[in-house]
Amino acid sequence: MAEVRLGGVTKQFGAVRVIHGVDCTIADGEFVVILGPSGCGKSTLLRIIAGLEQQTSGQVFIGPRDVTLVEPKDRNIAMVFQNYALYPHLSVFENMAYGLKVRGTPRAEVDTRVRRAARTLELEALLDRRPRQLSGGQRQRVAMGRAIVRDPQVFLFDEPLSNLDAKLRVQMRVEIKRLHQSLRTTSVYVTHDQVEAMTLADRLIVMNAGRVEQIGTPLEVYTTPASTFVGGFIGSPPMNMLSGRLSASGDSVELGDTAVALAGAFPTHAGRPIVLGIRPEHMSIGGRSRLSASVELVEALGADTLVHATTGSAKDIVTLRLPGDARVDRGQRLAIDVAPANLHVFDRDSGQRLGR
Amino acid sequence: MLHERSWHAHLALVLGVAVFAFPIYMALNGSTWDAGTIGGGRMPLYPGAEAAANYGQAWFSGEGARAKGAPVSVMMINSFLMAVIITLGKVAISIISAYAVVFFAFPLRMFFFWMIFITLMLPVEVRIIPTYAVAANLGLIDSFAGLTVPLIASATATLLFRQFFLTIPDELVEASKIDGAGPLRFFWDTVLPLSRTNIAALCVILFIYGWNQYLWPLLITTSPEMETIVIGITKLVSTADAHTDWNLIMATTVLAMLPPVAVVILMQRWFVRGLIESEK
Repeated sequence: MAEVRLGGVTKQFGAVRVIHGVDCTIADGEFVVILGPSGCGKSTLLRIIAGLEQQTSGQVFIGPRDVTLVEPKDRNIAMVFQNYALYPHLSVFENMAYGLKVRGTPRAEVDTRVRRAARTLELEALLDRRPRQLSGGQRQRVAMGRAIVRDPQVFLFDEPLSNLDAKLRVQMRVEIKRLHQSLRTTSVYVTHDQVEAMTLADRLIVMNAGRVEQIGTPLEVYTTPASTFVGGFIGSPPMNMLSGRLSASGDSVELGDTAVALAGAFPTHAGRPIVLGIRPEHMSIGGRSRLSASVELVEALGADTLVHATTGSAKDIVTLRLPGDARVDRGQRLAIDVAPANLHVFDRDSGQRLGR
Repeated sequence: MLHERSWHAHLALVLGVAVFAFPIYMALNGSTWDAGTIGGGRMPLYPGAEAAANYGQAWFSGEGARAKGAPVSVMMINSFLMAVIITLGKVAISIISAYAVVFFAFPLRMFFFWMIFITLMLPVEVRIIPTYAVAANLGLIDSFAGLTVPLIASATATLLFRQFFLTIPDELVEASKIDGAGPLRFFWDTVLPLSRTNIAALCVILFIYGWNQYLWPLLITTSPEMETIVIGITKLVSTADAHTDWNLIMATTVLAMLPPVAVVILMQRWFVRGLIESEK
């Protein structure tokens, strides 16, 4: 086990820069999820940690060792791939044993280690099968088995669950979490699925267009998104974003002809254009109304009712998450109320968070 | 509907088989009569009694009443060795070059690939004179090296292996890298076993290609001891101004057919097994 540290890592493919200087430290034993939309550079970053991709500049450390120029096989890492990447001509046992065999581990030890891993992953009955005789979930477990037999310092997961169906994905997610809790091996996990990210991660690294947008625990990232991107990317339905302007005093926001009071004041940005972020579940109807909106669409999900509405003042579309028993009809005019503490203020030009 | 029409289908198949099989039957049949019966133009459609004598003569001496040639046994061994060396050589060279072209990044990689590819467009006949000159200068005339080496380089097989290697997922290559296997290890442990089916299929095709070589052996061999069976048959036929020993020719052709047939039958089992087993 070891910490993983990235220092100023950049990557360029020809003239295209896909990673713009990433610095971060993943603590020993931590489970970190790199989350972002496709093409944000998250897989490339993982492959740089693995050594499968050469960074253009910057350094990679695993534990105290600078592995920037070290071959993947000498980095003491194991990787689980999206398409499992099992050797089709080898049995489950041989697949798991291969890495040990190549490294010249004595046969008896290979046997003990593979059987121990197989027991952990409930693969004992399948050891003689070929990969094609296994289901997707079983293949993914073999891929994880191949990773854990080597007892590496770091596990790297590259979207390991995206080829599985929804039900199996939930099940495997739990298994991965359980595995990490028992092995406590430093893990880096790449996904574009925010539910996976929120449930698995000790800490999240949210990436967008080759840059780290935010690093933090899932709850931190959810409750205090560092930018409009993070606010919009995490949470389903996403955070509502309303364009407005800070008042001259900097303690309220003008949305069209409505003024909304803020919990804090931003005198330095007074009069500047901003974006007001509001989570759907923080909007309620009635009370002291601040925003008026007309209902466009109602989605009753049972536990919740999602209401899509256009605000009267700014013609923005907002989504409200109301209790399941809320009675709302299409065309109805709503008076929306939000507690000032739940208003997120972002700079409109940079997208950066200013505060609440 | 399908059932009502199935006798048409059967008739077509039976006719097809008859058209293909009749000449082979005639060869088999001819090899069981004496030279006089065939020469007289009255060969019956049923087998005669001279099979043992004809095959024995063809196999051991090759000499008929007037035909002169090496014994079939010698020519068969020559042909067999030539075909096997060409097959193994072609598979070995082409799988290695395809491996290099697909899995390694080196300068001028595509240039080399296209150079190999372009040679596909040149039939053997085009380069046969310079090739002969080179082989002759190297003293390869009347040797197995001369018979086989110039035929070993194979653009077709390289291309086939390349296309197959391109279907091996990158992730498998990377998994192997992380497992600690170097390029040679990856080749032996992963690429080669996965190529089984392709190798089996190519072996069948290339063995028959090697066995059927005519022009090149005709040029490069001069002594009867190095003669291949395909050349031997033509020499049997072209005995000028003389009665042709059709019975021996037929026996020889039947013997010449056996190894390719055996290879197809034997390898077919591998072939099918490989097809069922392989999956990427």
